Amino acid sequence: MARLLAILLMLALALPARAQDAFIDALAGLGGGFGAQAEAADRLGTLGDPRAIAPMRALSDGRLLRRADGTLIIRTDGGAIEAATGAPADATGAETVRINNRVRVALRGALGKLQLVSPDAGERLAAAEAVFRSPSAENVPLLDAALARETQPRIRERMELALAASRLVATDAAQKRAGIATLGASSSPEARAILLEARAQNADLLAEIEAAVAAIDRRLAVRRAAETFFQGLSLGSVLLLAALGLAVTFGVMGVINMAHGEFVMLGAYTTFLVQQALRDIPGLAPFALPLSIPAAFLVAGLGGLLMERGLIRHLYGRPLETLLLTFGVGMMIQQAVRLAFGAQNREVTSPPWMQGTLLLPFDIPVTANRLWILLFSLAFFVLIVAAIRFTRFGLEMRAVTQRRPIAAAMGIRTGRVDALTFAFGSGIAGIAGVALSQIDNVSPNLGTGYIIDSFLVVVFGGVGSLAGTLIASFGLGLINKVLEPWAGAVLAKVFVLVAVMVFIQRRPRGLFPQKGRAAEA
Amino acid sequence: MTDVTRISRRAALMGFGATLAAPAIGPAFGQGAPIKVGVLHSLSGTMAISETALRDTVLMMVNWINGRGGLLGRRVEAVVVDPASNWPLFAEKARELLQVHRVDVTFGCWTSVSRKSVLPVFEELNGMLFYPVQYEGEEESRNIFYTGAAPNQQAIPAVEYLMSADGGGARRIALLGTDYVYPRTTNRILRAFLNSKGIADADILEEYTPFGHSDWQGIVARVKRFAGEGKKTAIVSTINGDANVPFYRELGNQGIKAEDIPSVAFSVGEEELAGIDTRPLVGHLAAWNYFMSVQSPANTEFLNLWRAYINNPRRVTNDPMEATYVGFKMWAQAVAAAGTTGVDAVRTAMYGQKVDAPSGFTLEMHRNHHLSKPVMIGEVQADGQFNTVWKTPGPIVAENWSPFIPENANRRRG
Repeated sequence: MARLLAILLMLALALPARAQDAFIDALAGLGGGFGAQAEAADRLGTLGDPRAIAPMRALSDGRLLRRADGTLIIRTDGGAIEAATGAPADATGAETVRINNRVRVALRGALGKLQLVSPDAGERLAAAEAVFRSPSAENVPLLDAALARETQPRIRERMELALAASRLVATDAAQKRAGIATLGASSSPEARAILLEARAQNADLLAEIEAAVAAIDRRLAVRRAAETFFQGLSLGSVLLLAALGLAVTFGVMGVINMAHGEFVMLGAYTTFLVQQALRDIPGLAPFALPLSIPAAFLVAGLGGLLMERGLIRHLYGRPLETLLLTFGVGMMIQQAVRLAFGAQNREVTSPPWMQGTLLLPFDIPVTANRLWILLFSLAFFVLIVAAIRFTRFGLEMRAVTQRRPIAAAMGIRTGRVDALTFAFGSGIAGIAGVALSQIDNVSPNLGTGYIIDSFLVVVFGGVGSLAGTLIASFGLGLINKVLEPWAGAVLAKVFVLVAVMVFIQRRPRGLFPQKGRAAEA
Repeated sequence: MTDVTRISRRAALMGFGATLAAPAIGPAFGQGAPIKVGVLHSLSGTMAISETALRDTVLMMVNWINGRGGLLGRRVEAVVVDPASNWPLFAEKARELLQVHRVDVTFGCWTSVSRKSVLPVFEELNGMLFYPVQYEGEEESRNIFYTGAAPNQQAIPAVEYLMSADGGGARRIALLGTDYVYPRTTNRILRAFLNSKGIADADILEEYTPFGHSDWQGIVARVKRFAGEGKKTAIVSTINGDANVPFYRELGNQGIKAEDIPSVAFSVGEEELAGIDTRPLVGHLAAWNYFMSVQSPANTEFLNLWRAYINNPRRVTNDPMEATYVGFKMWAQAVAAAGTTGVDAVRTAMYGQKVDAPSGFTLEMHRNHHLSKPVMIGEVQADGQFNTVWKTPGPIVAENWSPFIPENANRRRG
């Protein structure tokens, strides 16, 4: 009896020790080669020891170090701790442990398993997502347990999908059917991919799987159409921004300004400079982008003012010379920027609210930066129309462009209005540069890519008509994006150009021709 | 921007402390006229982002060789021209270098269209061009030495890696490229290669965009959809020039993680990553024959030389710069061996020349005018550098006539 007790006691003491050994044993693998790392992550996920969370997270963030003696160390904000014990450690001479994509996938799956019951809701959602992407039969009991105590509907929904996906790889046919039904009832592209992947192993359930995929496809069709529509609107908003300044200088004043793109580029570089200047000021750094808007307007506007007073005013009524002159000035600005900043791209960072994807109602995914630019372009358009319509300066501008001698006779200083209008148009181009810095390269060539498109939009919309510019840019953007999946990006652009050429043949004055005397002037 | 004095003023303007070695400074040179090295890289236009660094590399090497007493006792002098990313202008500038400046050798070109544009000029005037960039192959001019990779030294090993267990086991491939000869030919080779590995045409997506394309939302969304067909998918990118920045930005914004859809790029190096926030891109791949992060004595020497010359700690090195460096060293060795700069003598002396390259391997110039090169796959890191995750055990001999292009497969020379 006493011997039996002694053996039981020994076993009871040995158990936790062995569990710990398994953890320590698996942990060491995280410092090995890529294959050993992936294996270790899988083992740690299966062991279910929450102590594995910190080292695995550190590994995927590049904060796990290995000392020469093989000890794994986690770099923290203040210092370093030992991965196995959590005791403070000395990280001098330790090297960062590298991983590859195979290890990342294994880490994501393992972390998902361990964090399904995390107290943090964000972690639970990420965990459900991760487990969803790496289905396995051993996830089923974990997900059942997690679902039993989960209260948030959004996380529950993800967990149920993950459970369905994991059931699909289980052996029981009834479980598989339940999984297929749940996945088929969702409208998730990932669920669709998982169903398609399962076809190979489940020849007997093919009919059910196909039906579930078809059901998801029906729900996704609307979303895809909405996605394409948004992409078209987004391209349209970029065209609108690029063309608005030109709609003023070319459309209203009639100056063919080939340096327009360079003012856009100046605006983008201003954004870069403002960001650099405010980078180290803690209170102001998040506002760098909004503050760039007036700065870019001033820089590009000042450039426009100098150009109009110095050169263009001597060439009014001589379009060919103006074209050549502005083309040359554009090249000079480009080369000057290249000398000052170098030919390399400058990095303009996006604020956090302009990164990643947002979900609109009905789960339509839109990228944040493009959504903001779309809203910005519309607001900006309204502002410019209002400025031209309701301010004193707008009134004078319209008067001068419509009937110069009469405007002069009424006491308007036409030369001054010309200069300010050109500066205004150039300043608008500068603001466009702020927005474009968020989606395109900030390089000396930034402007060249937009000059043709801008002229296209203004001519297509009808020279002199701001509403025409609005309709034309969104119209061209939508046509381009609808055609792109069918024809490819290169041909879609060609089709749009041909369509505009044919249209201009039929209606040389564009969508919204100016009527009356102004048109003949 | 054609004569030497202007260039040194320009270099000074840009703050590159070290300028071309003036005759008055440095070691004494013999009586002979200087040896002239032509530099034919775009310093403006869409390719300037990539090519200006190559101009700097050649100038650095000219500086280096003059510091060692020149070549054959003569001073070496660089003649820089700017073909401005304008393909026909490349041919004009090449003619100018050969006929007006009478250069002994030229280092130049990045895109294949520019190389195709200058090739007849170099053949007609019997010049010598060193071309330092990976390309699609299917070419072998006796007037060009190709120091970049042929497809079997970059594209094919990279796709093999994507299909391996470590690379994620991809069974569906999206081929995205800029619309010109290099991506189209490379993708033709890759398609034939993938077919031979049992990947059907339905599992290959091929998409081209114009130079400088900035609106990637539609294409990236299509790739996402393409990837959602139940097979592991990977992207192979032959996107060139500054279209890469908006492409990677869109990948990041649409949440495409390297774990789910890894991408491997053939024209994106350290220099191109310098303008991007690389944190969302960690894990995406590039295939090259050299990375700045390689640990080797030759690379330390190369990096020290570059840092001392450019005097800007933020400037990086990349694969085409390494190929320029290796090419220049080989040319200098061949000239020393031949005892002359005559094109025919140097060409013969070039065959079999060996250089300890910064990639950590000894590279040899073969009679097919191509270098043997090691292949490396690197992962983008948060600091804009690459971490090598796979490499070949040794240098691979170039197959410039790809066996996957049936009409040229038998054109191999002895």
